[in-house]
This record gives sequence, structure tokens and C-alpha cells, in this order.
Amino acid sequence: MSLLEVKDLHIWFDLERGGELHAVQGVTFELAAGERFGLVGESGCGKTTTILALMGLLPPSASVSGQVLLDGVNVLARGERSVAPHRWRDVAMVFQGAMNAFNPVKRIGEQIAEPMELHGIAEGREARRQVGELLERVGIPAERAQRFPHEFSGGMRQRAAIAMALACKPKILLADEPTTALDVMVQAQILQLLVALADDFGLALVLVTHDLPIVAQVCDRAAVMYAGEIVESGPTDALFHAPRHPYTRLLFAATPDLYGTEEVASIPGAPPRLDRTITGCPFRPRCDRAFGRCVGERPALKPVAAGQAAACHLNDVPQEVPA
Amino acid sequence: MTTNGAPPLLEVDSLVTRYPVPRGVVGSLARQPQRWVHAVAGVSFRLRRGEMLALVGESGCGKTTTAQSVLRLVDSDAGTIRFDGTDITALGSGDLRGLRRRMQIIYQDPYESLDPRFRVRRTLVEPLEVHGIGSKEERRREAEEALRLTGLAPPELFLDRYPHELSGGQRQRVAIAASLVLHPDLLIADEPVSMLDVSVRAGILGILDDLRRRGLGILMITHDLSTAARYADRIAVMYLGRIVEEGAARDVVANPQHPYTQALLSVVPKRDPRQRQRPEILRGETPNPVDVPRGCRFHPRCPIAIPECRDVDPELLQPSDARAGHLAACIRT
Repeated sequence: MSLLEVKDLHIWFDLERGGELHAVQGVTFELAAGERFGLVGESGCGKTTTILALMGLLPPSASVSGQVLLDGVNVLARGERSVAPHRWRDVAMVFQGAMNAFNPVKRIGEQIAEPMELHGIAEGREARRQVGELLERVGIPAERAQRFPHEFSGGMRQRAAIAMALACKPKILLADEPTTALDVMVQAQILQLLVALADDFGLALVLVTHDLPIVAQVCDRAAVMYAGEIVESGPTDALFHAPRHPYTRLLFAATPDLYGTEEVASIPGAPPRLDRTITGCPFRPRCDRAFGRCVGERPALKPVAAGQAAACHLNDVPQEVPA
Repeated sequence: MTTNGAPPLLEVDSLVTRYPVPRGVVGSLARQPQRWVHAVAGVSFRLRRGEMLALVGESGCGKTTTAQSVLRLVDSDAGTIRFDGTDITALGSGDLRGLRRRMQIIYQDPYESLDPRFRVRRTLVEPLEVHGIGSKEERRREAEEALRLTGLAPPELFLDRYPHELSGGQRQRVAIAASLVLHPDLLIADEPVSMLDVSVRAGILGILDDLRRRGLGILMITHDLSTAARYADRIAVMYLGRIVEEGAARDVVANPQHPYTQALLSVVPKRDPRQRQRPEILRGETPNPVDVPRGCRFHPRCPIAIPECRDVDPELLQPSDARAGHLAACIRT
């Protein structure tokens, strides 16, 4: 049994002007204990919405179907009542803008202690001791617990946000674009820290990002999302060297590499609107390999190689060179 | 450095731009000495027509202030800026007006740089009206031509749209088109793709590359070394208000001389999981440009610093094993 299993997750948002936005359209993946998993995709692909659902942090306008099994127990079964005991305790999250993760008028240390007190892990002097330890572990001197968020640099705030996420010693850490707003050197520091913490605490890490090279360097496995669904998943090595979905291949080709010599090419067109029903393959209008079947039939995510799955009809054509 | 005796399009020499640090009421009353943010602390570079120079560095390194100084959007404290042979460092606003249309800038966020109330047509025609250029018919043709140059064709499909009806990539194309109607010689691109999705970035950078081929001089400001390596002719790496290394893009990337450039390159994530990084991660963060370290400004974070580095402020010189035109400011090279 996997630590986390997400099965056929769908998320809809009610739109103010009427109608619905089908933001997540049948996402399925598994996460093993201690694994580093990447969830990659461009803006609007549903990656952040997916992990907010794992935390039970979707806004009231969202409706959800499917299963999120944590150690085999479906935390979506009874809404807030079934997810609340696990939030921060088993599954914790680091948000994109670390500034927004903190209350500006409370000391950093008090805020890190809050989830500990909420879950009855520690309080008072013991909580303060543990906060100091956590801060030191993420590279912040313990006495800075007395400081306010605005007294920290962007990199330090992100470190503090990581310390807060670890307060209840969770099994899973969800990191949503944890380095996007940071400079490249600070980004390297934070990524190194996340990897070291995952190793030391046996944490499973889910890294959500638009940045393929970060996933390639940090994660063992990854899933590529497009238009609300996973179009390909597998070992990061296979995604780069043997992609089985054209979007995966084209996304790598659109990403410049420091020492790359090949043409960098953008992908023409734009993703489909998710407030309308999608027929056929959602990537078909932008795909360089689409054929007749892609128009009317939406491809399902199917195994294509060891540990690798893709949602592309090309993989059913026997003599085809994949993707 | 001149070619065929013609002056470079842009020639910046020993530029210094600093901002006062707000003292607050207490500081003013206590007559504390005025302190300064040394945003640009002696920067020199040249840009030719048909060339793209990337100014690369982390936030606070002074790359954006350099661009603002070049455009005379902020006043500099020392140094000179020559545009097409004319010293514009001290020109008054009247004299600048004519030059401004030849120097255009596009910004990082195409959501903010376009007026949401204007259709594309008005965004493109207005700069021409402001400068009193052309008849109505000529302005229309200019607008259509600019759209074609930025890949928004046929133009009729885009002229009557509002920004909210365009994708992020299309908005950035409109922003570039709006800068092209005035036929500028110099285009400053301040992080032109960092807000855009990866799949559309190459299209925007391809347009800039195309404009460079058509003879524009392009100064690209970016924190992304991979983009600079791929598209720029030359790269200048900035740290705390100075250029610490400069050279042909391929030389800087393949044979970095300054320890800061070496560290920066080592932490850029590679696309191929088999090329595992050996990042040389610098400790700490860039110091505040109010308290610039003495000697070499990089020495407190430098992995190869020696005692002299605390005293010697190194000049930008050609190291012994670098190719011509490849310069670094480090006494250890």
C-alpha cells in the first residue's frame, strides 16, 4: 500500500457568471514513503488545485469527487471532518509566496508553534524548544523566533515556512513553487534544504512547479499535467530521455538549457478552456503528431513502460515511434 | 571599440546611480548622516546595432537601475551615457523627447504594461499620435506592420481586441509591437519572459532575436542564465552594482572566470536528470547595497578569497586564459 493514493480526483469550481470550471479532470497517482515526486505543468493546469485538495484547503466554491487515500483511509470521505486531523499532522504544505504564509503581526516562533499546539504535540516551553530546533535545522538561528515576518529576507521567510510545515513531523510535504520568487542562488539553497530534510525525516516530497529542470534535478518520479489531467507520469529520467506524450517532449524542447545547442521552440496555441467540455485529446490542437482518432476520443492514462504511463493514442499504434 | 568608425549605439562609462536611504523622522531630527543605496557603482559597457547584450544578476545587483539610468528615467550621479554618439547624460527633458522614441523598453509583466481599457489598435497608434507621426492611414499601416513583426497575423484578428481577450504571450507581443511602431534603435527588454509560461517563452525570445537581426540593439535584463546563454551575443554578469564579468555569451558560459559567475552557473538546474548538479552553493544572501564590503565586494562570500581581496577593489580586466573581449574583475584570475 502506498503512503498516498489519489484516485480519479475531479474538482469543479462554480463560476460567478454561472457554469463550472472543471479544474482537475480525473487525476490519479501514488506516492511512496520517502519518495520525491514532481507535479509539473504550466499555469492553469490544475497542479496547485490538486494539492490544495490533499490539504483540504479548497475554497467553498469547489466541489470534489474521487478518493485521496492516506495510509489506505479516504480523507475526502466526510469533507472537513475527515481531512482536518491529517492537515499539518500527516500532510503539510509550503506555499508559493512565503510572505502570505505568515501573519504579519505575530512573531515567527509563535506561528510555528501554532500547529503543534493545535494537534497537542507540544506547548509552552517544550513547544518553544522544538521551534528553536526546527529553526536551527532549516538554517535560522533559534533566537530569531522572536522576530516578525517582515524582518526576514525572502529566502529566510521560505526557510521559516518550511520549519512551520515540519512542526508536526508530517509524512508528506507538499511544496507549491517553493522557489519561484527567489533568486537562483537562494533557490539552490532552498532546494538543497528540501532534499536534505526529506532524507533526514524520511519525508515524501511533492514538488509542484512549472520548472522542468528543477524537477529533473530534485525528483525521482514526476507527473506532467495539462488541462486538468496527468498526461504522462514516470521516472524523471524516462520523461526526459524517452517521453511517451508529445506535450512532455515539446515542453522539454521549449526549455532552454545552459549548454544545449538544439533549437528552443515554443508550443503554438494555448491550453483549452476548462469551463467547456473537452472532446477528444485536450492537447490535440497544439500537438505535432495528432491524427484522426485524437479528434473524437479522449486518451486515457495507460501504462507504456516500467513505471511509466501516458495518455496518448500514439502509444496504441504498434509500428509508431512513440511520442 | 568601434566598427567602421561608427560609434556604438550605446556607450556607458563609469556610471554611478545611487538612491538616498529614507532616514525617517527620528533620523532626520537626530541629524544622522544621509546614507545611500549604491545601486549602480561604476558600470561601463557598449552595445552595437544588431547586438543583444544580456545583463544578468540576482535581485538588487543593479541591472534594472542600469536600464533606468540609460533611459534617463532616473538621474545618475557620475559617469556618461552616449546614445548613437551623443552624450545624453545631462540632456534636459526637451532634448530627451526626440531621443526617447528611439529608445524603447518592454517590461516583465504584460498584464500591467498594457492599458486594459484600450483595444490593441489604440495601444499601437497612440505612441505615433503623441509624437505627431504620420497620417491616420500611415499610422494604421505602421500598427499592422508591427503586429506582423511580432507574429500576430493577420493583424485584423487582433486590432480590435482588448488585453483581457489575449493570452499572456499575445499580450507581450502587443507590448513589443507598441514599442516598434516608433522604429526604435535601442530596445531594452526587462525580464521579458519571466512571467510567461515556458511553452510560449521561446516565441517571444525568437521575436527579439529577429529584431536584433534587423539591426536593433537589444539590452536584455534577466536573472536567467540559460536564456542569456541561448539568445544573447554577449553576457555581462552584475553583482552589487558592478559588472564582475563580461564577454561573448559562449565564453562566459563555457569558461567562466569570476568565482561569482562560476557559482551562478553551477546552480542553474539542468534539464537532463543524468547530468546531476554539482552545485557550488554560496552561503548567505547578497549583502545590502547600502553596506558594500570594502575591497572586492564579493570577498565575504567568495570561495577562493585571499587576504588581499579585502583591500583591493579589482578592475575589469582580461584574464590570462580568457579570449579577447572576455573580462573579469578578480585579482585571482
